[in-house]
Amino acid sequence: MTIKTKLFLILPLIGMLSCGKAKNEDKGTEDKEGNTTSITIKGSDTVLPLAQKEAEEMMKTDSKVSVTIVGGGTGVGVTALLDGTTDIAMASRDLKTEEKLKFSEAKKEIEKVTVAYDALAVIVNPANKVSQLTREQLEKIYTGAIKNWKEVGGEDAKIVAYSRESSSGTYEFFKEEVMDKKNYASDILSMPATGAIVQAVSQTKGSIGYVGLAYETKEVKQLSVSYDQGKTFVAPSVASAKDKSYPISRPLFYIFDKINAAKVKAVVDYALSPEGQKIVLEVGYVPLN
Amino acid sequence: MLSSAATSITVVLIVFFLFIEGAGVFTKKPIEEGFLLAVHSTNPIKKLEPSQVKDIFDQKITNWKQLGGKNEPIVLFRTEDITEFYSDEELGENFEHFPAKIDEYVSKTPGVIAFFSDKYKAKNFHGKELEINKIKIFEFLSGEEWFPTAQPIAQMGVKALIYGTLWVSFGAILLALPIGLAAAIYLSEIARKRTRNILKPLIELLAGIPSVVYGFFGLVVIVPLIQNVFGLPVGETGLAGSIVLAIMALPTIITISEDAMRTTPRAMKEASLALGASHWQTIYKVVIPYSASGITAGAILGIGRAIGETMAVLMVTGNAAIIPHTLLAPLRTIPATIAAELGEAANGGLHYQSLFALGCILFLITFCINMMVEFVTNRNSHKKH
Repeated sequence: MTIKTKLFLILPLIGMLSCGKAKNEDKGTEDKEGNTTSITIKGSDTVLPLAQKEAEEMMKTDSKVSVTIVGGGTGVGVTALLDGTTDIAMASRDLKTEEKLKFSEAKKEIEKVTVAYDALAVIVNPANKVSQLTREQLEKIYTGAIKNWKEVGGEDAKIVAYSRESSSGTYEFFKEEVMDKKNYASDILSMPATGAIVQAVSQTKGSIGYVGLAYETKEVKQLSVSYDQGKTFVAPSVASAKDKSYPISRPLFYIFDKINAAKVKAVVDYALSPEGQKIVLEVGYVPLN
Repeated sequence: MLSSAATSITVVLIVFFLFIEGAGVFTKKPIEEGFLLAVHSTNPIKKLEPSQVKDIFDQKITNWKQLGGKNEPIVLFRTEDITEFYSDEELGENFEHFPAKIDEYVSKTPGVIAFFSDKYKAKNFHGKELEINKIKIFEFLSGEEWFPTAQPIAQMGVKALIYGTLWVSFGAILLALPIGLAAAIYLSEIARKRTRNILKPLIELLAGIPSVVYGFFGLVVIVPLIQNVFGLPVGETGLAGSIVLAIMALPTIITISEDAMRTTPRAMKEASLALGASHWQTIYKVVIPYSASGITAGAILGIGRAIGETMAVLMVTGNAAIIPHTLLAPLRTIPATIAAELGEAANGGLHYQSLFALGCILFLITFCINMMVEFVTNRNSHKKH
């Protein structure tokens, strides 16, 4: 009994101490048992559901490829590609200059393939009269300069702004794209999941939030957004994101080393194929064409 | 003997690990490793506080005059901005002219503040590098802004998080303790056997519900309720957190105190009744003092659950890192912060270590509460004899 108890206590501890190390270990990118190629995809949590669905469908039809998908964020994926511990990096943003420099230092030529587009919709409570905002107004709301709906043409009510947690790529994207890289005000409420933002906005009268296009529901109202100081307002939709008239959208990428091109071809080709693009729409992103 | 030794060693190891990781935060600068902030060589500013750097990059401070420098508008420069000033050819195919171009840009822009990797610092760099202090324990504890991922300088102030944790836990205990005690007294002294046999399993069932379910219940039911009852603009408040935590702590408090009360010897109760004391007098003069240590144990375990709870709180308190002045405002707790941010924090980085430091603070808070309770119960039991 005592030895058993001891084991029970010590095993999780060993597990805990070793898991920190395990993360850095190579995932074994290629093992040639028979003819199976195993491909590792790592990176953005935004691309993750798409990559996962595509991999599942692909592995159903093509048994020669085995795909492992790991999240962690775009930065994690790019670093892994640089270290050679992943074959494909998923990215929900373009490479930073810093990262490009690192690739050129490591003498790696990389190729970037756009697999889908994602658009962010700004949502408010359906009871809210405001139906459009400019980028500048959004920036001021999230940096705390505008605190009342009155200032943007609505009722006299306090603005309750919801954001994602700082670990989210969406948080960074909104900060860079809409807020001109300024920091969020500290009284912005942050929610652990996009679903929680939709729920909170639907039940809070003066609320505003941002979610991926895939999350649109009837309980919240989507706002039209203007990026030219209020001349034209565009409503978020798959169509407007596709023809690029909707400004808060971003391409989602697969990035890989050119040396590996032949190996990852199956995955990339599938993502670009009509079936792959159908999955894009199902998962809630915007297909390429 | 062996198993208790193993338990102690495990606990000590975990605490040791926690503090080793947590202490790392005080050996680092709040700027990303390998990066530097530089200004023009004629700029009189030598040193900036993290909060000043943040305000500069948020464009809240736009002139060097506001920082005691010359009357010169501040020009922000980040590495990726270089492409706006120089073409790809000028930078070279493999970015080999990068350091020289940054140097050139910095030296021809008097109001510049540049943020770039020190790999691209030219050998004879003409700008002036700003000094950045390591994070001090006092600043960490008293800082009011929590932006661990802010660029170029992370804001590591945990005061708002500590206050948030204490407010929510205090509110939860305030709600849970009276209700829990009342329920325990009812179950052990007043309820009939049949009623107790139905109620007790039901209460214990509460303890088995996963905390995410409590969180979702809080978000969908309690949050709108609070919003309507108090007429607030937002329902995600400390109070919502306190209520959810109180519900979660109740089964522990009720079960343990009820068990303690039931161990009161029948002879003691009967003696009290025989002396002419009423049923109620017997309860609070005999049963409660006799079972005081059991009740405190229940309360401690309840508090422990309240302070350390993550998921439920994460979903209902709004997580805004501001110092709360009332339970009716959004707040952010330490466990919720760790749960929400650890997933994305780079292993071994500043953010990662600061989350461990938060864990240390949490540990110290619970440790202090335990010591306090221990002290109080010891004194009480002394008095009894």
